[in-house]
Amino acid sequence: MKNLSPALKNLLLIAYLDLKESIRANWFIIYSLVFGGLIALFFIAGITESQVMGFSGLSRLLLMYIQVTIIILPIFILITTVRSISGDRDSHILEYMLSFPISLGQYYWGKVLGRFITVFLPVFMAMAFAIIYGVFKGADVPWEIFFLYTGLLFSMSSAFLGIAFFISSLVKSSEMALGISFFVWIFLLAFIDIALISLMLQNRINETLIISIALLNPMEIFRVSAISLFDPELTVMGPVAFYILDTMKQSTFVAISILYPLIIGILFAFFGFRIFIKKDLV
Amino acid sequence: MIKTINLSKKFGKTLSLDNVSIELNKGDSVALMGANGAGKTTLIRLIMGYYHPTAGEVLINGQNPIKNRIDILDSVSFVPQLPPPIKLSLKELISYISHSSNVDEKLIYHYANEMKFNITPNLHKSFFTLSGGMKQKFLIAISLAKESQVMIYDEPTANLDPKARDDFYRLLSTDTSKKLSLFVTHRIEEVQDIVNRQIYMDLGKVVTDEKY
Repeated sequence: MKNLSPALKNLLLIAYLDLKESIRANWFIIYSLVFGGLIALFFIAGITESQVMGFSGLSRLLLMYIQVTIIILPIFILITTVRSISGDRDSHILEYMLSFPISLGQYYWGKVLGRFITVFLPVFMAMAFAIIYGVFKGADVPWEIFFLYTGLLFSMSSAFLGIAFFISSLVKSSEMALGISFFVWIFLLAFIDIALISLMLQNRINETLIISIALLNPMEIFRVSAISLFDPELTVMGPVAFYILDTMKQSTFVAISILYPLIIGILFAFFGFRIFIKKDLV
Repeated sequence: MIKTINLSKKFGKTLSLDNVSIELNKGDSVALMGANGAGKTTLIRLIMGYYHPTAGEVLINGQNPIKNRIDILDSVSFVPQLPPPIKLSLKELISYISHSSNVDEKLIYHYANEMKFNITPNLHKSFFTLSGGMKQKFLIAISLAKESQVMIYDEPTANLDPKARDDFYRLLSTDTSKKLSLFVTHRIEEVQDIVNRQIYMDLGKVVTDEKY
């Protein structure tokens, strides 16, 4: 720490304090228990012993884990993060903490960094625990899937963290921020293949438009990429996923599915920062 | 030290501060008074750089508090009216303040002792779990340890018992010539002995400004 610039030191200090504060919070305990509990539940339920569509063992467990994660990770990140700025503003914590000579950039990006570690680590650690336990039990480790899912979880966490910080900076009250979070989650969920997009296909809407909408949705990209390793023909994935992988190579799509949500997250976090410094702070 | 020039602030259609021009200088110890909604807190928040003015400007030592917030806040101590529910422990809060503001931790302990608040047994407790009086004493200790040129206190004694109020005013009364102190208060009798200027606000305007 001694050789770091004062600005970076302050940023890391804010990140460290946010991390410590989050780890003590009830929401973090529940958050960690949900993802850790999911893995434990899958082992107890014998998911690793079952065989579906030709894959079993840890691969099957990771697939189940990622499918549940697609649905619950975004809303967990949104509701726990969206109050970080707006909640501090509501409770006048921001007013006091920003009365010290720390730049708004150091404060904001320190919060982003601290919160990212908080939301990503439990999800990753649960998966890592599954691998360690699997090795201990003598199972084959699907490293390709493990690394892909680590990348996907990383970029998915970035996307929703960025969106959450954007909402948090944009609205003044934490109640409103929570409401918008739920709306964003439901909206993106509705634009996953199975629901709205199938309906759009039935109504003969231009396929380019449908694919474009699907590609804009980080949840859809995450879903298609996560399952594409298992089901290259995409028989279980829905029409849009089929179109996507019919038009580009799987490896290209995997790269996009990691980079695109990451860029979305960074962009939203950056827009959130612009709003944070332009608006009244308290 | 602090100069506001035709300063106004609107929230929606409500004008909270209306064309306020004042100059506060080193050695001034100011009681800022007025009824609720008079614009006192808005003025403080503009000085602290929390609000963007609708019109006019604020200058602290010739600098804009929004554009030069690090330089400005390096020389400002602030104690809010109500201690915020910060979840950090006292140790973490002290670490934040000493690192961000180069405050000597020993001075925080010193002033806390002067305020009859023993930090050591509470060091690992969350700030928000302390009693109202303990929180306020701790924030006052931090403000004094920062040794700032500008001290801003928004109703600082609201949670303090009479003994603690005496301790607070005793600590403030030492070496006031090099500082500017600004007290937002409803009770002039409490600060009468330590202020040398009274500013009364109403409906977003400065109504009276008396020096003595």
